[in-house]
Amino acid sequence: MSFIIDVDKQYDNLRNSKAGVSLLISGTIYSARDAAHKRIAAMLSRGESIPVDFTNKIIYYMGPTPPREGSPIGSCGPTSSYRMDDYFEMTCKLGIAATLGKGERSPELTNFIRKYKVPYLITIGGAGAYLAGCVRSSKTVLFEDLGAEAVMELVVENFPVIVAIDHRGNSIFGG
Amino acid sequence: MRKIDTAEIGLLTKRLLIEANYVLSDDIKGAIDTAAVTETVPQSREILEVLRQNYIKAEEMVYPLCQDTGMAIVFIKIGQDVCLKGEYLLDVVNKGIASAYKEGYLRSSVVGHPLTRKNTGDNTPGVIYTEIAPGDKVEINVMPKGFGAENQSGLKMFTPSSDKKDIVDFIVNGINLSGGKGCPPGVLGVGIGGSFDYAALMAKKALLIPLNETNPDPILDDMEKMIMERTAALGVGPMGLGGRTTLLGVRMLAYPTHIAGLPVAYNYCCHSCRHKKGVL
Repeated sequence: MSFIIDVDKQYDNLRNSKAGVSLLISGTIYSARDAAHKRIAAMLSRGESIPVDFTNKIIYYMGPTPPREGSPIGSCGPTSSYRMDDYFEMTCKLGIAATLGKGERSPELTNFIRKYKVPYLITIGGAGAYLAGCVRSSKTVLFEDLGAEAVMELVVENFPVIVAIDHRGNSIFGG
Repeated sequence: MRKIDTAEIGLLTKRLLIEANYVLSDDIKGAIDTAAVTETVPQSREILEVLRQNYIKAEEMVYPLCQDTGMAIVFIKIGQDVCLKGEYLLDVVNKGIASAYKEGYLRSSVVGHPLTRKNTGDNTPGVIYTEIAPGDKVEINVMPKGFGAENQSGLKMFTPSSDKKDIVDFIVNGINLSGGKGCPPGVLGVGIGGSFDYAALMAKKALLIPLNETNPDPILDDMEKMIMERTAALGVGPMGLGGRTTLLGVRMLAYPTHIAGLPVAYNYCCHSCRHKKGVL
């Protein structure tokens, strides 16, 4: 049983979702992985503003394969989230509603998840072909030179996720 | 001497890499299918069913199995009665990799230097191993290796006083710490013996062995079963969400080693254990 969420409007519901709940999300989300996080951190440290508004948006740790002609995107499953742990608070300060990836994260992250009310969502690693069927469109919005590691805006429909760590710090891992 | 033009090796490398990224081998598919029925945790069973649908969809050759289409690992066995003609072998193989990733719509995931990290744009260079074998054939095994899983690998130099249990403990502990990060249910390649580097190479080569073959070494066969049972009992399960399906299989290789040593390496591979063989 999955709950359906329009993440463009119901981001408060998203932030309040409980660990273990399956959601089918629809709306606009942004991809960013290692290199994009590193670059955002460098821009912020130089006092520059980030030209993408991440307020109440999901950051999806993902870098897709190149799309074929007529396809909205290539394969697009999650990458391991823990590599972005050092940047997590930075993205929370940008106002994001949630992060989406795969696998466990460092224990210290839970404090930030609670503090900023930014739950951690996971989806199915290695199901990139399957998940491509839940993406309606994609376009690069930042760091185009990074190729697959650029920030992309994705419009998803009934994209399956599971709340892995909720805003209270409850986790589905390790038990 | 049988003459083979290296261009043929490049073309075969290209074809195998594209196929490996879209079509799982039957043993891996079978292991996923079985687990999708036998796994008892409902959410984990649903994930395994999605993985089944994923490989079926990938076979349409539109979307690769995974967005991490890997760094190209290429094993080339060259028969000693073969005379290679044409362009330098490794250049040709790298060209084969580049055209596979471009024409196969595969992701370029290689950076030119591990510290400056600029993407090379065509997924080259690959990691290419050559080996001289008897006969007059050239055998190529390709393995597009994703790094979410590669990062969960480990190596330890044991002392000769260590036993089977110490080694199994080390591996099981590693799998436990990895949890859901390497995309379980994974396939584990293990190399025991040789030297520091050779144990790691054996661990990678072990991933090429089909899951449904029995290990001819009874000691290794026993250890494979121990690792399967104990990692299942960890309850890591698909994506780390619980259940007994932590690994789809373990494959081990051993080699003679030094009187003072006992190197052990394990190479983690995700459930999308992609490899493909071709012979010229």
